[in-house]
Amino acid sequence: MLQIRIHGRGGQGVVTAAEMLSLAAFEQGRFAQAFPSFGSERTGAPVVAFCRIDDREIRLREPIQAPDVLIIQDPTLLHQVDVFQGLKPEGYVLINSKRSFDELGIQDVLRRFRRERLVTVPAGEIAMKHLRRPLPNAALLGGFAALSGLVALESVASAIRHKFKGAVAEANVTAAREAFTCVQRELEELNHARAN
Amino acid sequence: MLEQIEGSVAVARAVALCRPEVICAYPISPQTHIVEGLGELVRSGALSPCEFINVESEFAAMSVAIGASAAGARSYTATASQGLLFMAEAVYNASGLGLPIVMTVANRAIGAPINIWNDHSDSMSQRDCGWLQLFAESNQEALDLHLQAFKLAEELSMPVMVCMDGFILTHAYERVSIPSQAEVDAFLPPYEPRQVLDPNEPVSIGAMVGPEAFMEVRYLAHKKQRMALERIPEIAAEFRARFGRDSGGLLHPYRMEDAETVVIALGSVLGTLKDTVDELRAAGVPIGVLGIASFRPFPLEALRAALSPAKRVVVLEKSFSVGLGGVVSTDVRLAVAGLALRGSTVVAGLGGRAITKDSLLCVLARALRDELPDLTFLDLDQGLVDRQLERERAVRRSGPIAENLLRDVGTVASKVH
Repeated sequence: MLQIRIHGRGGQGVVTAAEMLSLAAFEQGRFAQAFPSFGSERTGAPVVAFCRIDDREIRLREPIQAPDVLIIQDPTLLHQVDVFQGLKPEGYVLINSKRSFDELGIQDVLRRFRRERLVTVPAGEIAMKHLRRPLPNAALLGGFAALSGLVALESVASAIRHKFKGAVAEANVTAAREAFTCVQRELEELNHARAN
Repeated sequence: MLEQIEGSVAVARAVALCRPEVICAYPISPQTHIVEGLGELVRSGALSPCEFINVESEFAAMSVAIGASAAGARSYTATASQGLLFMAEAVYNASGLGLPIVMTVANRAIGAPINIWNDHSDSMSQRDCGWLQLFAESNQEALDLHLQAFKLAEELSMPVMVCMDGFILTHAYERVSIPSQAEVDAFLPPYEPRQVLDPNEPVSIGAMVGPEAFMEVRYLAHKKQRMALERIPEIAAEFRARFGRDSGGLLHPYRMEDAETVVIALGSVLGTLKDTVDELRAAGVPIGVLGIASFRPFPLEALRAALSPAKRVVVLEKSFSVGLGGVVSTDVRLAVAGLALRGSTVVAGLGGRAITKDSLLCVLARALRDELPDLTFLDLDQGLVDRQLERERAVRRSGPIAENLLRDVGTVASKVH
C-alpha cells in the first residue's frame, strides 16, 4: 500500500489534491482512499490531507503516520510543523518551492533520504502563470507523477478534468504538465551530476 | 457503476435513487455535504418530483419530515451531534406516530466542550427513542443501507436512522458502486402509507393516549422492532441477490472461526480492526471481529449465538455513559448473560481521537493476557488528567477544565489572565 501525506495551508487546495490523487489512482483501476485531517480549518492554518493507494480494498481508517510520499504545498510550514515525521527511509518528498533543499535550510533531509527521491518544484509560480492564482495542488500532482512514476500524468490530467470544468480544468492540466516536465528535467540534471 | 466519490455524495446519490418526495434539513458538520448534494440534485431537476424544504432548525427539520410523512410523502432528513439533540422531541414523535422517515446521522461528538469530530455520542443519546439504528462500516455500506432503510421503514411503518462516521466516512473519497435507477426501483417499491392525512378520507394522527393504551402503543413499537430482527437479514439477503454484495444485516462476523477472543465494534473502525485482527491471526492468535450492523433492534439472540463458543469478548466503542462506562457493552452483557465469558470495554476515539492499529494491537495484547480491566480508555493521557486533578486540589478557583487542559497540552486557547 502506498501512503501519501499532503501538507499545506487552508485555501491551497490540500484536500482537493488528495481527492484528485485518489481519482487518478481510481482511473488506473486501483483502490484509493482520500481523506482530510478533520477539523474546522481556517484559511492559512496548517492543513493535512491523506491518500492511500492499493491493489485491494483499503479498510484502514487511521491517519497516515508513516508516509511513503510527502507533498509539501507551502514551504513556510517546513520550520513550523514537523512535516517529515514518520517518512519512510525509501520515501519521496516533493516541495512547492523555486528554491533548493539547501536554500530552504533542510540539508539534513538530503542526508536522511534517497537523493533522487527529493525534489522541489516552483508549483506556485507555475500556477500563477496558468491560473493567475497561487493554487499549486494540480501542478504538484503533475510533479509527483514525474518524481515517482507511481501515477501517470494522463491519469492526473483526467482527475483534474473530473474535479474542475472548462478553462479552469485546462489551466490546471497545463500547470500539471509544466510541473511534470520541470521535475523530469531536474531528475535528469541530478542523474548527470551523479554520473559526473 | 463504479465511481470514486466522497461518502456524502454517495449517500446523496443513494437517497436520490430512493425517490424521496420531501427532503428537509438544517446544515451541520459533518452532515452538510449530504444535504448540499441533495439540494443540488433537486435544483437541477435530476431528482423530481421532490420538494427540498429549507428550515430554520433541526427541530423544524424533523417536524416538517413528520408532517410530510403523515401526508403520504417519502421523507428524508439528515443531521449530527447537537442537531440531533435539538430535534430530540420530534425524533421521539416520529417513532411514536409510526412514520417511516429515514434520517442519516453523520456521527459526531456532543459538547461541551464543543467538538466537531467523530464519535457515537449523538446517535447513542437517541438509543431508546424507538427508531431503528443501522451502522455503516464503509461508504459502500452507507450507500446500500439507505436503500435498505427506506424498504424496512416503510414495511414496518417505523423510522430508521442510518449512522455513518462523520468525517471518517462522510468526507472520505473512495470507490463505490452506484446502482441504476431501474435496479433500485425493482428493490424498493413505491411508498404505500399505512396512515395518511387525506382530505377525502379525513383522519386525525397523534391522539392523546392515556394509561388505558399507552403501554400497548409502546409495546407495539417494541414488537415491530422485534419483527425487524427477522426482516433485516431477509432484506440484506434480497439486497445481496440483486446487487451482489453483503451490506446490512444484523451482524458482520469476520474471521470468527474458532475465535477464542472476539472484538465487537460498530461503524468504520471495523476496517482498522479487521486489518489488526489479520495481523494477529497471521501470528496464530485465534481472534475474530463481530461488527454490530443493527444496533436497534439489538440482535440479542444472534449475538449470544455468535459469542457462545468464545472465551473473551472486548467491546470497542466510540460511546461512553459517564458514571457507568460502555453503552454498547451494557447491551452486549445482556446478550451473553450466564455465559462463561470474560468481558471488557474499551472506550476509544471520543471526540475524533484517531484509533490506530498500533494502539489496538497494544490493547488487544493485554486482553489476550487477561490483563485488561473491565473498562479502559484507549490512549488516555493519564498525566493530563492527574495534573488537572492536582490543580483542583491545590486551589478552589481552578478555572474552566477545557481551557486548563488545552493550555497544558500546548494548544493555543483563550487565556484566563
